[in-house]
Amino acid sequence: MSTVKADYIRPVDFRNGRVDMTHGGGGRAMAQLIDELFAASFANEWLAQGNDGAVVQAPAGRLVIATDSHVVSPLFFPGGDIGCLSVHGTLNDVAMNGARPLYLAASFILEEGFPLADLKRIVESMAAASRDAGVPIVTGDTKVVEQGKGDGVFITTTGFGVVPPGVEISGNRARPGDAILVSGSIGDHGVAIMSLRENLSFETTIESDTAALHGLVAAMIEAVPTIRCLRDPTRGGLGTTLNEFARQSNVGMLIREAAIPVKPQVNAACEFLGLDPLYVANEGKLIAICPQQDAGRLLDVMRAHPRGADAAIIGEVVDDPHRFVQMETAFGGRRVVDWLTGEQLPRIC
Amino acid sequence: MCLAIPARIVEVLPNEECVVDVGGVRKRISLELVTGVVAGDYVIVHVGYALQRLDPDEAARTLALFAEAGAANDGASAEAA
Amino acid sequence: MKYIDEFRDGEVARGIARRIGEEAQPGRTYNLMEFCGGHTHAISRYGIKDLLPANVNMIHGPGCPVCVLPIGRIDNAIQLASDNKAIVCTYADTMRVPASGGLSLMKAKARGADIRMIYSAVDALRIAQENPAREVVFFAIGFETTTPPTAIVIRQAKALGLKNFTVFCNHVLTPSAITHILESPEVRELGTVPLDGFIGPAHVSTVIGSQPYEYFAEEYQRPVVIAGFEPLDVMQAILMLVRQLNDGRAEVENEFTRAVTREGNEKAKSLVAEVFELRKSFEWRGLGEVPYSALRIKDAYADFDAERRFGITYRSVADNKACECGAILRGVKKPTDCKVFGTVCTPENPIGSCMVSSEGACAAHYTYGRFKDVKIKAAESPPAGVARSAAIPTEVR
Repeated sequence: MSTVKADYIRPVDFRNGRVDMTHGGGGRAMAQLIDELFAASFANEWLAQGNDGAVVQAPAGRLVIATDSHVVSPLFFPGGDIGCLSVHGTLNDVAMNGARPLYLAASFILEEGFPLADLKRIVESMAAASRDAGVPIVTGDTKVVEQGKGDGVFITTTGFGVVPPGVEISGNRARPGDAILVSGSIGDHGVAIMSLRENLSFETTIESDTAALHGLVAAMIEAVPTIRCLRDPTRGGLGTTLNEFARQSNVGMLIREAAIPVKPQVNAACEFLGLDPLYVANEGKLIAICPQQDAGRLLDVMRAHPRGADAAIIGEVVDDPHRFVQMETAFGGRRVVDWLTGEQLPRIC
Repeated sequence: MCLAIPARIVEVLPNEECVVDVGGVRKRISLELVTGVVAGDYVIVHVGYALQRLDPDEAARTLALFAEAGAANDGASAEAA
Repeated sequence: MKYIDEFRDGEVARGIARRIGEEAQPGRTYNLMEFCGGHTHAISRYGIKDLLPANVNMIHGPGCPVCVLPIGRIDNAIQLASDNKAIVCTYADTMRVPASGGLSLMKAKARGADIRMIYSAVDALRIAQENPAREVVFFAIGFETTTPPTAIVIRQAKALGLKNFTVFCNHVLTPSAITHILESPEVRELGTVPLDGFIGPAHVSTVIGSQPYEYFAEEYQRPVVIAGFEPLDVMQAILMLVRQLNDGRAEVENEFTRAVTREGNEKAKSLVAEVFELRKSFEWRGLGEVPYSALRIKDAYADFDAERRFGITYRSVADNKACECGAILRGVKKPTDCKVFGTVCTPENPIGSCMVSSEGACAAHYTYGRFKDVKIKAAESPPAGVARSAAIPTEVR
């Protein structure tokens, strides 16, 4: 007869198991899931203590707090998943204030019936992203909703960072004459997602560009502390972000279509769908505005970094009380790059 | 008027379908509205269907017309006067 | 991308523009209508107007099937989903068109109506096969370019013996629309819309060929040049029209020879003729009732006709009084002539369909061109003593 250890607890079945209401109930099942999955994957001193919050040393300087919810569908896509996306997204939001990210918090809303194998994949992806970034996930929460009330999993992440002294980066600081730079090709993430959406299918090698940019930002700020604005053009794309800056800073902009990096397949996919790459989401790119005289140096620093290899100067900030973002088309005419209206829908006509 | 793009047929499939390629992006579309197209041909694609084969000779001729229109303008102005 | 990039070459464009500038006779105006919404979009997106001389005017025609779809037909589509509980499959373009009661397909969907966006007609067929217990209706819109695919799925549905699939047919015909514009009172009598020539639609013509336009050129003595979809095609077509007008010719010329022949696509035409027949009359938003301008499903395919299966009754709904889409679609007015343009009516909150579809004249102007209106305003000198910043309007919205 085989002997069973006295303190044996059946481990969570990550192969065939599914989320059920007990996982959010606050009882033993939930504690076990947190232990065996979240704490085990994120592995750090704070989670090991098992408290409801994390006690950290208050960092000196100005604290930056940023939060993001992630509802991407499908959950897994070429180049990433909702897990690493949620880590990168918040790290980037913190970084876009010029801050060095220090800690992350993550809360999950799980749908009853969601496969634990998929949850494990997502959590491990988050853990890897967190480790690669050097920013621990120190606390979190889990809730479960009934089947049909959620889309598998929703993740909210909150990030904390510190802005070095002397760094002033904000969307309202752009001035006429400043240079506008982008860190790489636009439209990759949105097209990667579209490729899986129901009713549209492509076979393309486009992968989401989801990536943590805080390393790139740190290098940029060190070399060019006079950077005025930073933002990552997520939903709404480059076009929307430039309009945001224009509105906040009360300026206009003039960009050149020929200077904007777009991968040929992203262009082709957008042609197929009748989308404008200017408005397609990015998850691993940033837009920077800096004084004209520092643009060359900033460009060099960006290109020297793996996350900015395809960086380019795409235009200038101009004086314009109407706050239009104008673009010189590759064709030679001029057009306005307006705010995105609603959600981009593929056209037939 | 309707969003339609020229695409290259990379593979003709059974059931009057094919795979087309535009700038490295591939899609399966229907050939039910055209006849006699082969891999390597270009077709105009609209809402998942090939509408017409693109004639490469005519395309070249059109591009040449553009170039001619834009070429040295001396002599042409006599017409306009 | 082959056959795309070469036709967008800016250098070549400037060459053609120079030619147009030289050949357009000073003291003469050339009023050209581009019928097709895709051309409207191309003209706006590439800033082609910037390259044309001042005496060449582009007037936007009603060639956007979304723009001319009457409110009442959208109401019918919404009813099919809300009242008849059918799964309504539609191309994305119609989702935001404002209908009655502050609704649109998008808003009805938000309230629980099962409305699904599809890319191709065949997706609707697939949804019908996957949901045998539900009625599935394909909201078919479009000009002659989009009609053949609808014909194909109806035939396929018949071959498959599908019992739950129907089509709500709103296909309309280009030549009828052009004739109607040429016959509209404004043109014939008042001369308010001088129309000297037409840029013929690109992809419609791949299907119907260049032959159907020969009638207008002859009857109305206006030149027609069928142009491809790319900006260089449009510019070349404008040059060809200017030349015809200078020569006093009124012919049908084909710039889009790489895809358009005189006969068009015989196979597609015969498939359409097998499934559809002409309606005596059909209402076009902005144009009113237009005779022999639309298609309905033939008796042989009656089982797949949503109008018959669901007993749809059409109720004509008037446009918002302030909306000038009707005049704009005929080329009688410009977007900026409309009192609500850019203020109450924006792409975010469209009042009329010209603003919804990105190929509608208003949306195209709003999105790509309205900064030019502002420059014109700024050029007017401010009243003496008023600071410059106060004289320039702070928002053009």
